[in-house]
Formats: sequence, structure tokens, C-alpha cells
Amino acid sequence: MCQDCGCSITRHDHSLSPSHSHARVDDNIATNPQLNDKKTLSVIHKILDKNDIEAQHNRQHFEDKSVTAFNLMSSPGSGKTTLLENLFQYTDLKYAVIEGDLETSRDADRLKAKGIEAFQIQTGAACHLDAFMVHSALHHINLESVDICFVENVGNLVCPASYDVGTHKNVVLLSVPEGDDKIEKYPVMFRRADVVLITKSDLMPHFDFSIEESKAQLKKLNPDIELIEVSIKDPKSMENVAIWFNKHLGGNA
Amino acid sequence: MHEYSIVTALIEQCEKLAEQNSANKITRVDIKLGILSGVEPALLETAFEAFKLEGICHDAQLNMQIQPLVLQCHSCNEQTIHQQRSIVCDHCQSTNTKVLDGEEMLLMQLELEQS
Repeated sequence: MCQDCGCSITRHDHSLSPSHSHARVDDNIATNPQLNDKKTLSVIHKILDKNDIEAQHNRQHFEDKSVTAFNLMSSPGSGKTTLLENLFQYTDLKYAVIEGDLETSRDADRLKAKGIEAFQIQTGAACHLDAFMVHSALHHINLESVDICFVENVGNLVCPASYDVGTHKNVVLLSVPEGDDKIEKYPVMFRRADVVLITKSDLMPHFDFSIEESKAQLKKLNPDIELIEVSIKDPKSMENVAIWFNKHLGGNA
Repeated sequence: MHEYSIVTALIEQCEKLAEQNSANKITRVDIKLGILSGVEPALLETAFEAFKLEGICHDAQLNMQIQPLVLQCHSCNEQTIHQQRSIVCDHCQSTNTKVLDGEEMLLMQLELEQS
């Protein structure tokens, strides 16, 4: 039973997290309330430790339900929702979607219209999803009959990169009209990616987008990563994306 | 602008550590920010100066150590330390490297006081 909200998601044990570092506390300070001098306390603590523990808790929840979770990140308008609206035609895998946007439930509505289970998180002013927001959304999503849960992050190539939300793999989309220089401009996001999807690839003839340049930039940050060109108008390319998701079920490398 | 969220998490952590050590004042907060951690130091500092006013970190000085990338090359076994956001080995240009440091945001040290 979760201590925060009484849900059935089992609470992740604090002390079990391997990434959880421990403060080296001087015993004298702890036992002596008369702390007269300045004391220096050396700690090595991840600043987002609390988020990371919650993320691990979410991941455990997905695993208990045999669900693989993918975090979809990109700029706004690069085609995350459109990809999810169309992907079901190319795969037998069932998926649910957690949507993150500042306002409106338009994206979740678009997916529901296609018969895909979706829940919208409205972040208000927050520029990214964190593990706590995804946890609350999990209360509204039925994972029993799905193989995959997509977390469609807030459209933003900066902030979401810093937050583990408890998914297994990071999928970063880059659309052709945005330009191939985005990889170099937003290195942290592309460094964190497990796959990069070059979306709207049917527009390639109309833009100066170089796949070679993208690969060259990506190699400097994330050398072993796969890059897949995709357009919803090209069924073969959608199949390739479906194959990638299939291959990475269960968090496989 | 996720720096505000990060500072909120940092201050919460400081408060917890101060409480565990029976201190009621924090005079110094040392953090380490990797150049590939995804955080902008100047924005983080502004956020810290604004958010610290309400609590135990009121008079705390924030020291930021900006950590360059430290790479261990598996091809030539040399180490690279550089400021570029690239994991390419400076010695042999191999991309078969492991990042040892420069990707994390860490709280390193606190100076505590009981006033």
C-alpha cells in the first residue's frame, strides 16, 4: 500500500535504491544538540534523489503489471501524438498513454477517439513531467490489458531530459522541419535518448535536413543509438518503429 | 525553466539534513553541476537566491562547482577531461568511452550552525 495516497502501488523501499547515496553524518553532531561551532557536513546526494526514488517506484509498478514504459520527448509539434494515433495500425501490442501538456486535454481526446486508453496530465506552468505526476496519472490508467505505456512528455527539448519519470526507455523525436542542428543545440536530451525518430520524413525533399549530419552529431553524444526515419504516410517506416518497440519490450537493450 | 523545481528539491534536502543534525541554520551549500546535467548554473543561482529567503537556507551561500566531462576511453585507455558536450576521446577520437563525471547534479557539502 502506497503511503502517500493509499493506492495499491507498493511503496518503493527507500533503503533499497542503489542510486541512493548516504550522508556521511558525524555521530558527534547527531548526538550532541549543543552544536556551537559551524559544522561541515559532507554528503554526496543527487539533488533529484526524491524524484528518482519515485521513478523507481513507478518502474516497479509497470514491471509488476508486465508493462514496458517509454518516455516520448521532443519539441512541441514534432508529431508525438500523431505517431501514437497511428501506431496501433502497425502493431498487435496494446498500449495506453499518459499525456503531459500545460493546458487542455486535446491530446488525450485525440487518442481516445481512436480507442486508445489515455489520461491527460495538465501541468499548469510546469515545463516537464516528473515522477510524482506520472505516479498520480497511473491511478487513472488501467494497465491490466496493455503491453506498453507511453508517457508523452511536455513538448520541450530541455527540461524533461533531467527527470526520470519511471519509464524504461527514452524515445526522442526530431521532425524534419525543425532542422538537423537540434541535436547539437540540445545535447542533454539527445544524450539521454535510447532511440531518435526523425519524424515527418516525407518532408525531407523540401527542407535542408541531412540525415548524415544528424548521425554525425549524434555519434558525438550517443554513439550506439539507433536513428529511425518515420512518416505516418509511409507504412514501411511505421512498421520499423513498431519493430523497434517490439524489440525493446521488457526493457531489453 | 526546471531550475525552480530543482532548487525546491535542493532546499528540501538541505532542510532534512539540517534537521537530522539538529542544526537550525545553514550557512553554506556546495553543489556540483555537470556540464551535461541539463541545468543552467546562472538560472539555478537566481532561483536559489529567491527561494532560500523563506527558510533555513536564508543566509546560505551557494557554491557551484561546474564539473567538466570526464571520459575513460576503452580504445586507448586514456582519460579525457573537457568542456565540450561530446563523449569523443580527445586522444584517439574514439567514441567507445565511458562518462565518469559531468552528467550529474549533486549536493556535496553543507555548513551547518545552531544559532
